[in-house]
Amino acid sequence: MSDIRRTAPLSVALGALGSIRSGIFPAIAIAFSGVGGGDRLWLALGVGVAATLIGSAFSFLRWRRLTYTIGETDIRVESGLFSRSARSVPFERIQDVSLEAKPVPRLLGLVSVKFETGAGGGDDLSLQYLTASEGERLRQLVRERRDEEQAAQAPASDAPAAQDSEGEVLFAMGPGRLVTFGLFEFSLAVFAVLGGALQYVDNVTDLDVWNVDLWYGWLKEQGSTVATLGPYVQALGAVVGLMGLIVVGSATGVVRTVLRDWGFTLTRSARGFRRQRGLLTRTDVVMPAHRVQGLVIDTGLLRYRFGWHGLSFVSLAQDSEGESHVVAPFAKLEELAPIVAAAGFRLPDERTAWQRASKRQRTDKALLDSAPFVLAAIPVAIFAPPGLFLIPLGAAVVAVAANLYAWEFRRFALSETQIFATSGFLSPTSRIATRLKLHSVEIAQGPLARRRGYATVHLGLAGGSFAIAGVPLAEARALRASVLETIAATDYSRLDAPPVQAQALSEAQSGFSANLAAT
Amino acid sequence: MDHTAPVAPAAAPLDDDGELTRLHPGYTHALRVKAALMSVPFLVGALVLESAFVGEALFPAGVIAGPVLLIALACIIRVPTRRYNARGYQISADRLRVVRGLLLRSDTVVPFGRVQHIDVDQGPLDRFFGIATLTLHTAGNHNASVSLPGLGKELAREMREEIRAHIRRETQ
Repeated sequence: MSDIRRTAPLSVALGALGSIRSGIFPAIAIAFSGVGGGDRLWLALGVGVAATLIGSAFSFLRWRRLTYTIGETDIRVESGLFSRSARSVPFERIQDVSLEAKPVPRLLGLVSVKFETGAGGGDDLSLQYLTASEGERLRQLVRERRDEEQAAQAPASDAPAAQDSEGEVLFAMGPGRLVTFGLFEFSLAVFAVLGGALQYVDNVTDLDVWNVDLWYGWLKEQGSTVATLGPYVQALGAVVGLMGLIVVGSATGVVRTVLRDWGFTLTRSARGFRRQRGLLTRTDVVMPAHRVQGLVIDTGLLRYRFGWHGLSFVSLAQDSEGESHVVAPFAKLEELAPIVAAAGFRLPDERTAWQRASKRQRTDKALLDSAPFVLAAIPVAIFAPPGLFLIPLGAAVVAVAANLYAWEFRRFALSETQIFATSGFLSPTSRIATRLKLHSVEIAQGPLARRRGYATVHLGLAGGSFAIAGVPLAEARALRASVLETIAATDYSRLDAPPVQAQALSEAQSGFSANLAAT
Repeated sequence: MDHTAPVAPAAAPLDDDGELTRLHPGYTHALRVKAALMSVPFLVGALVLESAFVGEALFPAGVIAGPVLLIALACIIRVPTRRYNARGYQISADRLRVVRGLLLRSDTVVPFGRVQHIDVDQGPLDRFFGIATLTLHTAGNHNASVSLPGLGKELAREMREEIRAHIRRETQ
């Protein structure tokens, strides 16, 4: 079984073809340049032939040096001319085998075979090129191995029958909510658009909008009118102007939000979570529940004060715009709870034992963040008019205060099955991950952190990132030990249907069918 | 050095503060040669600059080439030793711990149960010194591949077999 094989010999011919392609351009370049005088056609031919020969020789050597072995437990590929590399992919980790035939290899009856695993770097094993029958044989073989294993494990996992109904609505946003949401999405982007429009006006009309004198004259005219009105009316004018800005910004936010999130509905069905939204471009995304790796609850500076939060799923299948799927952009925490539960997670409650970030890290960060302002104050104090140096000093004070406040949000907690962490500057962002679905734990320290005894803990999360900054070293070690205990207890291949998760899922489903029965 | 130590010390529980296994001594030599090769273009550049200004007597000879040479020597002699001392690993029954970094320390643990596939790579220099790099690929975005350079070639292969056997056992 474990005999050493080579890829199809014809792939040497394909490599040679490739080298002809790369040799032909220098040849043409020489043929049309002045190099070599009258003999340049011969020279061009020589260069082309040499490039092809060398390329073919390398292609042959590469082919000679690349071997693959189908072993008892893995597929192994060894390759490399000067540097040797050997990759081993256990059968247990191969999710699929894909065969790809581009036009030219296809003419020769060759395919490139790719063994897909869950590796986060997108760095998979591929063999170029095998004969179509060998590719098919490999695919068959891997599938058989996988089926054997699944038969060996054989939990009756297909118990929840396909319920092809609409599903239970977990979260929806009506027009009223959308407008409130839009108000918090305050944006002055419209002024950028206006600037663009002005540029356009400038181009198509005689009116020279960028002419300062014109505006200055106009302002002076207005200014003299304003000056006659007295200080109260001037102040009133300023207030009205500001209010105008606020109105325009809010209106922009509302329009954008309505366009993006009109008819936002999140439903939970047998297939997973389904999100529909959009007024002009309607999108419809389905996320399988077991694909959800973690949760992110974020909020904003202002909306946090009013108790509004947004929830996203960190998942293997990623949204086009970000790393996670927004499933509830604007909701109260109690509205988020059922969604979180449906995804098999739990929100932190009062029993959660939060641990705070290191106070030393708080001090260091506050000092580091304010240092540039203090440094800037020195030349300002020397060269600028007196009193101006108070501005950078004030900024330094603000930086320190902001850091002290931000520390309030920097904390983490471990529960039986999950890990929570929050961070943020003026409002908290919380992350929740299942301990079981983490892939590695790293404790990282810079020079300052080493001296002061704290560290950043990076957790390997598929489809997203999870880092906790400023954890005291001893706690970081304890955290790692306890998380690793959970991880190491269950193999990757059993992650998709861990017993607890499966139970939660079936519970959710029975609840949901009860709902159906009620209607 | 300890590079011939048994691969899995009898399923001992992992202790974070446990003694790290040091890398193959050849790793220092490989780092030295790499640093020497890297410094050649800088030295050549410095010498070219020196000779360009040699007629103008703006500054004493060796003002450019001297510091460059000193930095290069530090990178060739001192840094590889320190880097070697800063690196280490610890392998137990079900996980691998990799410690690295002079300024930016990092201490990573990968459970074998989360390994997707395994690479053993050898560059031309590595082959000369008989060392290899073991790389574990995981599904996480952070630490998608954790590499452990400077292992003896045979040891790297043994470790690979060990990890593969673990994956096999766990999925049985």
